[in-house]
Amino acid sequence: MSSLRPERFNLNDARDQPVSICGKAFRAHMSGALYWPAEKALIVSDLHLEKGSHFAARGQMLPPYDTRETLRKLADVIDTYDAATVIALGDSLHDARAAERIDGADLATLRILQDDREWIWVTGNHDPMIAPILGGTVLPSLSVEGIRLCHEPSIGAVTHEIAGHLHPAARLVVHGTSLRRPCFVGNGLRLVMPAFGAFAGGLNILDTAFEPLFGCDGMAVWMLGQEGLYPVATRLLRED
Amino acid sequence: MAARRRIEAKPNGAEAAAHSPARLPQVFADWFARRGWQPRPHQLALLDTALTRRSTLLIAPTGAGKTLAGFLPSLVALSAAKRAKKGAGLRVLYISPLKALAADVARNLETPIAEMGLKIRTETRTGDTTVAKKARQRSHPPHILLTTPEQVALLISHPDAYYLFADLDTIILDELHALAASKRGDLLALGIARLRQFAPDVMTIGLSATVARPTELRAYLAAQTMPETQLELADLITVEGGAKPDIKILNAAADIPWSGHTARYAMREVYDAIRSSRLALIFVNTRMQAEYVFQELWRGNDDNLPIGLHHGSLDAAQRKKVEAAMAAGTLRAVVATSTLDLGIDWGDIDLVIHIGAPKGASRLLQRIGRANHRLDEPSRALLVPGNRFEVLECRAALQAAEAGAQDAMLSRTGALDVLAQHILGMACHAPFHPNDLFAEVRAALPYAGLTRTLFDRTIDFVSTGGYALRAYERFAKLRPDIDGRLRISNAKVAQQYRLNAGTIVDTPMLKVRLISGKRGAKISALQGGRVLGEVDESFVEQMPPRATFVFAGEVLRFEGLRETEVYVSRATASDPMIPSYGGGRFPMSTHLAERVRLMLSDPSSWSALPDEVAGWLELQGQQSILPGASDVLIESFPRQGRHFMVVYPFEGRLAHQTLAMLLTRRMDRAGLEPLGFVANDYALSIWCRGDIQAAIAADRVNLGQLFEQDMLGDDLDAWLAESSLMKRTFRHAAVIAGLIERRHPGKVKSGRQVTMSTDLIYDVLRRHDPGHLLLEAAWADAATGMLDIARLGEFLARIRGRIRHQPLTCVSPLSVPVLLEIGREKVYGQAQDSILRDAADILIREASGA
Repeated sequence: MSSLRPERFNLNDARDQPVSICGKAFRAHMSGALYWPAEKALIVSDLHLEKGSHFAARGQMLPPYDTRETLRKLADVIDTYDAATVIALGDSLHDARAAERIDGADLATLRILQDDREWIWVTGNHDPMIAPILGGTVLPSLSVEGIRLCHEPSIGAVTHEIAGHLHPAARLVVHGTSLRRPCFVGNGLRLVMPAFGAFAGGLNILDTAFEPLFGCDGMAVWMLGQEGLYPVATRLLRED
Repeated sequence: MAARRRIEAKPNGAEAAAHSPARLPQVFADWFARRGWQPRPHQLALLDTALTRRSTLLIAPTGAGKTLAGFLPSLVALSAAKRAKKGAGLRVLYISPLKALAADVARNLETPIAEMGLKIRTETRTGDTTVAKKARQRSHPPHILLTTPEQVALLISHPDAYYLFADLDTIILDELHALAASKRGDLLALGIARLRQFAPDVMTIGLSATVARPTELRAYLAAQTMPETQLELADLITVEGGAKPDIKILNAAADIPWSGHTARYAMREVYDAIRSSRLALIFVNTRMQAEYVFQELWRGNDDNLPIGLHHGSLDAAQRKKVEAAMAAGTLRAVVATSTLDLGIDWGDIDLVIHIGAPKGASRLLQRIGRANHRLDEPSRALLVPGNRFEVLECRAALQAAEAGAQDAMLSRTGALDVLAQHILGMACHAPFHPNDLFAEVRAALPYAGLTRTLFDRTIDFVSTGGYALRAYERFAKLRPDIDGRLRISNAKVAQQYRLNAGTIVDTPMLKVRLISGKRGAKISALQGGRVLGEVDESFVEQMPPRATFVFAGEVLRFEGLRETEVYVSRATASDPMIPSYGGGRFPMSTHLAERVRLMLSDPSSWSALPDEVAGWLELQGQQSILPGASDVLIESFPRQGRHFMVVYPFEGRLAHQTLAMLLTRRMDRAGLEPLGFVANDYALSIWCRGDIQAAIAADRVNLGQLFEQDMLGDDLDAWLAESSLMKRTFRHAAVIAGLIERRHPGKVKSGRQVTMSTDLIYDVLRRHDPGHLLLEAAWADAATGMLDIARLGEFLARIRGRIRHQPLTCVSPLSVPVLLEIGREKVYGQAQDSILRDAADILIREASGA
């Protein structure tokens, strides 16, 4: 399947890698964001803002900095591509009351990021509503150049779709060392984005949840590293 | 179970009745007489100090009747007239580091109590005690409760703890030397400080094996009432060691290998030694070695001697079977790790064989003490060095044992994560005023130096997470009342606390289950059979499907993973892959390292060494130079197109790894292009693309500067920030401090998810709140634990101006062992990206059809 072959390898500067979806060219970034050069659009998924404070409210005092960290990473990657549009593919907020808990300084950071660019919140299962205080346009899903952008991946062998929701992560074992990292997973026709949020966990792509999307084979996987994004042979992948 | 922790005194007549038995009530004196015993002087001395209500440390070698001595004052007091009860009537709390030991002592207390007809109730309370019994014990406790530090923490956190402990008059701390200098020791010290609030007159009795600095244990036992000005000490009773142990170093027919720890070369002689003894206990340093040695012994077991295996990963039922067989005298040898180090006396052991170097003088003495529990007969021990350096180390350990020298215990500062847990526990017990709790906590030795600022920060951490960004005030777990006392904000907090208490955070363990059913069938079709034990998750992670390995003394095949269980079948592979358990490898102690350095620098002492080892050292003297007693030797030489530097600090593997990591960073900055390093207990080696020798000769690299102490500053910080080791340490601290919840059976959350989330928390905290209390706590743990920074610091200070560089044209004899470890050891902190890069390379090769 020639479409699975990454088109360019430059492991010395691997901060992003080319990814094609139904013939459209994208760049997948090591931060977990996806850039669409033709549309000048940056796509991120599952920010889960205020996950820390959500836990704190239930008695587990996780650090209150996840929103800050997620926005910082987002600002960096927006700058990298000078994106004109930002599309957040759902579960941008960890829960329905997250907007009430967001720190003033973090909210200000978000509003500054939204200046001079279009901002679209696609709704997800964690955030069916987006409070107006967060700005941007709210949509259940959208279609751009024939590609559907939505939160939950459609079941079955669909094409022309970019989604999130599943928090894909991959585990591999090389030289006896095991490593588990978030990843992009696609097949040239559809793509599932990794979770971008600082406190978002991951689900192994060998989990049955991914089976109806890709079947048993035909997955292409790009794992997020500290210094780059790396295409990985699927036969190296392991279950948890 | 016939295990015995003997409760005994000295046979009659062996000693003149120098002490009047007047202090001993008639019923006790009669009991001693009936048994044909005479109370020992230290047993009577402890009765004396108990009358003064002073806390006491009893240091005695194995076989001195330590346990009976510890209980005697309490038994006497309890046999006397009834005392008016203030609370539930619990009088004596016995605390042991092992639940098995608590159970063992409880059983053995029954004998004197029954034979004297005393009306004393004793019970144990451990993690295994039923919920119903635990509840009953809180309202109707026995007179004597035998338990563990974790149970004490839980008991004092209940609102009714005051009632339970109001009558307490004695706390007995067994095997105190094994407990005090650890996080468990910190938690226990805080617990005792609280027990003193419940029962102000309570006295502590510590029981310990011989230690280098008894003062620390004496201070641990006493309440530090004036922590700023004065160290309070418990009284000390010392029983001099009995007969000197009879230790030999094995002299095998085969040559001693250059490296490795398996001692395979000496298995024939080890087997012969087993054959000529009644019951031999074979100690090894790791579980992996245990499995290996066990296999090797059985391979050559021509006489079919019953040889058993005992280590911490084995299933409890399996271990119990071995223990019972030892006690019943049906075994001839048992291969064991540190699980058999402590106090329990399972049988009539007459020989201890130690495979590999003992790593510390105190450890060696403790282990040798397992052989022969009678004071006046020598314990017999045989040391089997695994390689040439271990010959030196065994020699050093033998000298230390002959001189009766002990390793110094590390004096420690109480851990902040443990303090956080205790503070929450105390809030669960009852509302407290911070002023009162601060004073109480500082009475515990590990926290005597705690500042009010740090204490307040810890309270803040417990309440709201202690973040610089004050985001969680409204979710606070502790809320002040009108009097300024803090109380928990709701009952759920107490529930959470009770589920998470304790300081033992294990790496996730997976059960190993033997399958019945068709081999090679799909895992879902397999039938689960017997559980053999547990292995840690990281071991399973690395195992390819159908791999064979040795576990529980059998060769097994990995069939697959089903939920949290590893399914295995019996295999017949002749060359199995061996479990590589992480735990159990201690670095060589400072004390032994010093002796090894002395020995190396003094050729006149080599005559005691085997010929090949002495010859090896002589050759080193001819081809290079020998390390001195107080300086450090550095050799440099080219090899296979690379440039090697070998350093001989003799400071233990952990300190060497840290040093190598930091040196590598510096050498990288100096343009030497370091490619890798390896470290063992004695030396470390770094290899580079750049010519180190030339750089030193041209003064482009200054060794004095390279080894300057300031490497423990920024370089250490920068390296630590990214190291997986630090993340693991952080995870432990986060669990103990209650930031993240412990895993519990029934809750489906895999250990990796926990690891994952604490890593994320760690990264976010470092960036946004670098001064956070938990980062501080994790750093302190890493510094004293896995990184051994204290020891490295002392080393760097010691060698200032004492670096001897020896340029060579080829490998030196002394460097061979460490060079042989290249490729065998995995190194911490390897960048994850290099793994991903390798994985991507594999894809590239496949994609390009290579």
